[in-house]
Amino acid sequence: MLAFLIKRTANAAFVMLAVALLAFTIFRFFGDPVEMMVNEQATQADRAELRERLGLNDGFVTQYTRFVTNAVQGDFGISYRNQQDVMVLIGDRFPATFELVLVATVISLVVGIPLGVITAVHRDSRLANALQLGSIVGVSLPSFVVGIMLILAFSVTLGWLPAFGRGETVDVGWWSTGLLTPSGRAALVLPAISLSTFQITLVMRLVRAEMLETLRTDYVKFARARGVPAARVQWVHALRNCLMPVITLTGMQIGNLIAFALVTETVFQWPGMGLLFIQAVTFVDIPVMAAYLMLVSFIFVALNTAVDVTYAWVDPRLRDDTAKAGGANG
Amino acid sequence: MTETVLDVRNLRVEFPTRRGTLTAVDDISLTIAKGEILGVVGESGAGKSMTGMAILGLLEPPGRIASGEIWLSGDRIDNLSETQMQAVRGRRIGAIFQDPLTSLNPLFRVGDQLVETIRLHTQLSKSAARQRAIELMREVGIPAVEERIDNYPHQFSGGMRQRIVIALALCAEPELIIADEPTTALDVSIQAQITALLKRLCRERGTAVMLVTHDMGVIAETADRVAVMYAGRLAELGAVEDVVRRPQHPYTTGLMGSIPSLRRDEAELQMIPGAMPRLGAIPEGCAFNPRCAFAGPKCRRDTPRIHGNGAACWLALEGATA
Repeated sequence: MLAFLIKRTANAAFVMLAVALLAFTIFRFFGDPVEMMVNEQATQADRAELRERLGLNDGFVTQYTRFVTNAVQGDFGISYRNQQDVMVLIGDRFPATFELVLVATVISLVVGIPLGVITAVHRDSRLANALQLGSIVGVSLPSFVVGIMLILAFSVTLGWLPAFGRGETVDVGWWSTGLLTPSGRAALVLPAISLSTFQITLVMRLVRAEMLETLRTDYVKFARARGVPAARVQWVHALRNCLMPVITLTGMQIGNLIAFALVTETVFQWPGMGLLFIQAVTFVDIPVMAAYLMLVSFIFVALNTAVDVTYAWVDPRLRDDTAKAGGANG
Repeated sequence: MTETVLDVRNLRVEFPTRRGTLTAVDDISLTIAKGEILGVVGESGAGKSMTGMAILGLLEPPGRIASGEIWLSGDRIDNLSETQMQAVRGRRIGAIFQDPLTSLNPLFRVGDQLVETIRLHTQLSKSAARQRAIELMREVGIPAVEERIDNYPHQFSGGMRQRIVIALALCAEPELIIADEPTTALDVSIQAQITALLKRLCRERGTAVMLVTHDMGVIAETADRVAVMYAGRLAELGAVEDVVRRPQHPYTTGLMGSIPSLRRDEAELQMIPGAMPRLGAIPEGCAFNPRCAFAGPKCRRDTPRIHGNGAACWLALEGATA
């Protein structure tokens, strides 16, 4: 297991270096950072001095090494627009996005997996067909439409839940959480549902397809021949064999959700990273964009690695050490 | 004779399809007594596995039992509900499937699968069930059981896995075991071991066995009686020595002729010309008549049937083809 972990981590580090190269190239060569930082009255000498001070006259490799070294320490420079440390800006916004994505993911699994099992087990029943049809709607509706409809129904018409913002937050260390206050939780409901709609249908369809396959296998039939009750066969024996692709999908999708929560964040004016990024794009705030790119990539890579490790945990056949005959404690 | 464990009466299994109803098992009657091993032999698609699945109540929809009765030690089981049948499967009827590589759930330790089955059918506590699992594994010949019980299926060889499958079938000391091609997926050298193990365990316990196979050699070694199936029908039924030495049905004769032997020095194996008809295209009369060298007009008109020992052949039934 240890060798496996080390191998995965090395892979991840390599990918991150490549991404850093990309982010650095954008940061350094798309537009002139000096032009964006100085005001219009600056003289040529001022610019040259700033260029020297920022180290922009150094060789490519030196600059790249410096960028990576700083990035590893969480230093992405100063935002052009806010004149604030980029990491502080992102650190302020990250908890909001993360909590939104986390809740949306939990919803998509808790709702999607049972729906998938039900549609597979009772296929061709009226309920399953209705769910299938509903899932097509869920997949095809853009999330901003879902968001707007939710706001219309639950905020405007019924007035049950807030339409925008994050409610009150509580600071736990540097992490500002909305999960601990009633208004924070209420504000989370609609954006989370809106963000999870697509995920639910994705998970449901995946679980359904996998279950249909698994239910035909010999070990499912044999489990029934052993007298295992049908429900236990379906929800324990078959479902566990379907979870591998669900884990992959969820892992990949968490990255996607974080990166693309910006639509939902815009609709609900959710003060997360997505909103920050939209603003950064508007003002060509390159340090923020570079940091965002790095962070999102990091999340993707970290999730990929975590998914691989989880595989090994779910499927004993992938653990290196149990493959040896007699390895009793897998 | 001794008490009858399994009594199948006029069993008919049908598959409704778009092009009409296919009859996969056609009017099969057979019995197995306590401690007896009945071999069921036939080509692929002859309906032998289907008969086994029907007895277990595990026919894949849309397949269904269209008519007939299945009795297990005096209880009718073909009309039980799914819930009632769950209490029969594993407890009163054990099953062994063809491919031990796929019969065990790859994500669960073999010990857990044994303990699960034992606890489903008995009142044993977890630790007592584990103790019983260890005994069973030892009995089916798994070495170093205490270490191996917490292994996953992929850590065992094919032969070892089939031993575990046998242990699973024996968990609740069932009256009947349905072994569907238990040795087909195994190496020849392992086949004999597994067959011998199955035979010994069932003899010790007085378990009745329905041994489904296409391997006449396995039947000859293991079974007491044999049922030969052809195109969903019973072709011949009788004691193994009789059927092997003096086959009465031309199809059985052909089957025997197609077994390679070291003693005989024929240049070529005999072969039955043609192929078994598809289920949708079974000829009128005797299903074997297009391939039969002795077929007469009656064979093409009327279907011969047996519901006990004998051969479903007009030649054997009436001594001549009218």
